[in-house]
Amino acid sequence: MALDTSNKREFKVVGTRVQRPDGIDKVTGKAMYGADVTAPGMLIGRILRSPHAHARIVSLDTSAAEALKGVKAVVTTADLSTPEDDYFADIRDNCLAREKVLYDGHAVAAVAATNKHVAKEALKLIKVEYEILSHVTDVDEAMKADAPIVQEGRADESVHEGWSQNVTSHFEFGHGDLEAGFAKADKIVERTFKTAATHQGYIEPHACLASLGTDGRGELWCCTQGQFLVRTKCAEILGIEASQLRVTASEIGGGFGGKTTVFIEPVALALSRKAGRPVKLVMSREEVFRASGPTVSSSIDVKIGMTKDGRITAGQAKLRYQGGAFPNGTVEFGSQAAFAAYDLEAVQTLGWNVMTNRPKEISYRAPGAPMAIYAVESVVDELCQELSLDPLETRLKNAARKGTLSSYGPTFNDIGLVATLEAAKTHPHYSAPLGKNQGRGLSCGFWFNFGGNTCVSLNLNSDGTVGVVEGNPDIGGSRASISMMAAEELGIPYEKVRTVITDTNSLGYNDVTDGSRVTFAVGLATIEAARAAIKIMCSRVAKIWGIDEEAVVWEDGCAKPSGPNAGEFPPMTIAEIAAIADNTGGPIAGHHEVNADGAGVSFGVHIVDTEVDPETGATKILRYTVFQDAGKAVHPDYVEGQMQGGAVQGIGWALNEEYIYGEDGRLQNPGFLDYRIPVASDLPPIDTVILEIPNPGHPYGVRGVGETSIVPPLAAISNAVSRATGVRMTELPMSPPKLLKAMSER
Amino acid sequence: MVKVKLWGSLRTLADGNEYVEVEASNFKQLLDQLSTKYPALKPQIKRGVSLALDGVIYREAWFTEISDENEIVLMPYMVGG
Repeated sequence: MALDTSNKREFKVVGTRVQRPDGIDKVTGKAMYGADVTAPGMLIGRILRSPHAHARIVSLDTSAAEALKGVKAVVTTADLSTPEDDYFADIRDNCLAREKVLYDGHAVAAVAATNKHVAKEALKLIKVEYEILSHVTDVDEAMKADAPIVQEGRADESVHEGWSQNVTSHFEFGHGDLEAGFAKADKIVERTFKTAATHQGYIEPHACLASLGTDGRGELWCCTQGQFLVRTKCAEILGIEASQLRVTASEIGGGFGGKTTVFIEPVALALSRKAGRPVKLVMSREEVFRASGPTVSSSIDVKIGMTKDGRITAGQAKLRYQGGAFPNGTVEFGSQAAFAAYDLEAVQTLGWNVMTNRPKEISYRAPGAPMAIYAVESVVDELCQELSLDPLETRLKNAARKGTLSSYGPTFNDIGLVATLEAAKTHPHYSAPLGKNQGRGLSCGFWFNFGGNTCVSLNLNSDGTVGVVEGNPDIGGSRASISMMAAEELGIPYEKVRTVITDTNSLGYNDVTDGSRVTFAVGLATIEAARAAIKIMCSRVAKIWGIDEEAVVWEDGCAKPSGPNAGEFPPMTIAEIAAIADNTGGPIAGHHEVNADGAGVSFGVHIVDTEVDPETGATKILRYTVFQDAGKAVHPDYVEGQMQGGAVQGIGWALNEEYIYGEDGRLQNPGFLDYRIPVASDLPPIDTVILEIPNPGHPYGVRGVGETSIVPPLAAISNAVSRATGVRMTELPMSPPKLLKAMSER
Repeated sequence: MVKVKLWGSLRTLADGNEYVEVEASNFKQLLDQLSTKYPALKPQIKRGVSLALDGVIYREAWFTEISDENEIVLMPYMVGG
């Protein structure tokens, strides 16, 4: 559905900063999160987890636990089904281990008991005999030919003979003659970078309440980014029919990609089916760290050539991503995104997805892109330093624009990178003075965005108000944006619309809330659903007036006669039409289902000022500005929130956050005391500049904004630190001990 | 005939070609033809691919019309967070 340019629209609701519909419930504690749901006769579930990074399960004896008073069910992998598809089998085996435990924290068995104390006691009675195997947690180590093998036979057809069995897939992208490109360069810089695995750090741990009968009919309430996906996965893993499992998504306390799969839901359902009672299962924070999905850690080589006047002649990146103990698909996105901001004659990216004895990675905002672009943007910055070039002018000189053959294959059409860079260049931040031990860095960022399967119903109530029913959990303000777009199209106030997120049996299939897709795709479907309802309303009014349907138009929330032969009739408001709907043909609703495409790629530029304490190596963020092409910003507060939130998560990734594994392969810091995410006192105000370059693939010009903002901070901060200290850091996080050591070795 | 650009690591599975040509007027026909003409591509196509049509990325959309005037690029299946 293309941008509506036939009649240039003056927005009345879209673009305003209306009150968020979930705000009061959230700040007063009224909102119902995953752990807040209860049911009569409910049992409490607990999971036994592996203390080993890699071990064979020699025997598993649950009899003593089953015999404990108050225990109603114990389940192992034997209680789950056998999906034919490897994709589902891997998810099952991640939920409950089969034959081997593959990482510290891997679930082995679960109990359901009358209270948490009995459940905890029962876990101690489960006897597991392990044969400990050698393990590997580092990506470069895992790629060596003699590395411990995490799983055998998982490589796809892209993997070359002789590579480690831990390599599961390989990708290559690019175009042009690299050798000739590097030969044209006046300066070539080659660097190797490493980034740590980080966690999405959502406030709400995974939680669910499951009720499943032996007849395969069940209910599941859970915090998730996609109830339909949960239903599909659970049905496969439990061997039940999707129609018989109704999944309802709770309010969600953050997701960022981390709640796009299942970890505990199939286990809770299996326990409930065995016990014959509802089972609540809630992860502790330690379990979230050890056994949900962080992002990948990476090792990346980058080589870039540049002329003295700042033209990039060639770029190459080799990206190695470990995604935990199962095959993953992330390096292909880093490989495609790495050089996306540049117009290059010669470029090549090579990527390897690798298994290690760590938890299975899951998406985290723009999965795979931040670390790739960190490495490339660090080398671009270093070249600018070496050649005494302005980093922003250099990026402008090389920026991808309409007609550029992208580094990942297609030719770009309308993109907003140059406009974003120009906005950054003229912003006062870029020319503000800096003090001692301070440095300024910048970086470009990129993400693809997509649309996907979407289904929306819009119902006209008898008082003229409107209910929108959609199927995507609201992780970033989508309910407000959807209501705003419905109100805009119908010509009624925002307050007259309420959007709810429904369960899997009340609406057609919806893809997960990911890929920055919801405001774009659900908004598009909502506009179409509103147009369908308007068509019905105009038809009803035409009958009342006794004129042709075509002679009735919809303006400002009213049906009006239009054209020379329509006659004179006073406008009928939506409330007047709704009040007599019973008499004119029954309920009025609009519905639309679509697999939305045309989301449009997104670019951003971040500028950051840092100050590094020469005594401690601590980095302070002094000033931060985000520039991003958002398409039409439906609710600017939320758009700014997405831009600020991504920047903050990137600050944590750059400076402090990391999964730390010991020699024994066990996670050393599974808690927020030792895994340090930024808090308010670590941060300055994050300024935002929204560029509204309409997306031609959406009727209002909307573009996804949720992911691009986490991409630039890693490089922007590293570049700022480099300019503050004279030290080029090549490992993230740049925690104080690491930075202090590097500074002392200058 | 439409011309399809393959990403680098797929080329060895398609006789070393960066571009392949198939008879197709929509995405479904294109993917079917690719699987038939280059069976080694079939596992990747089955796992999932995206297609870029004149710079716009599609994840599914079998019946999207294509012609020899379009730029068509095969890409990995898009995911997000």
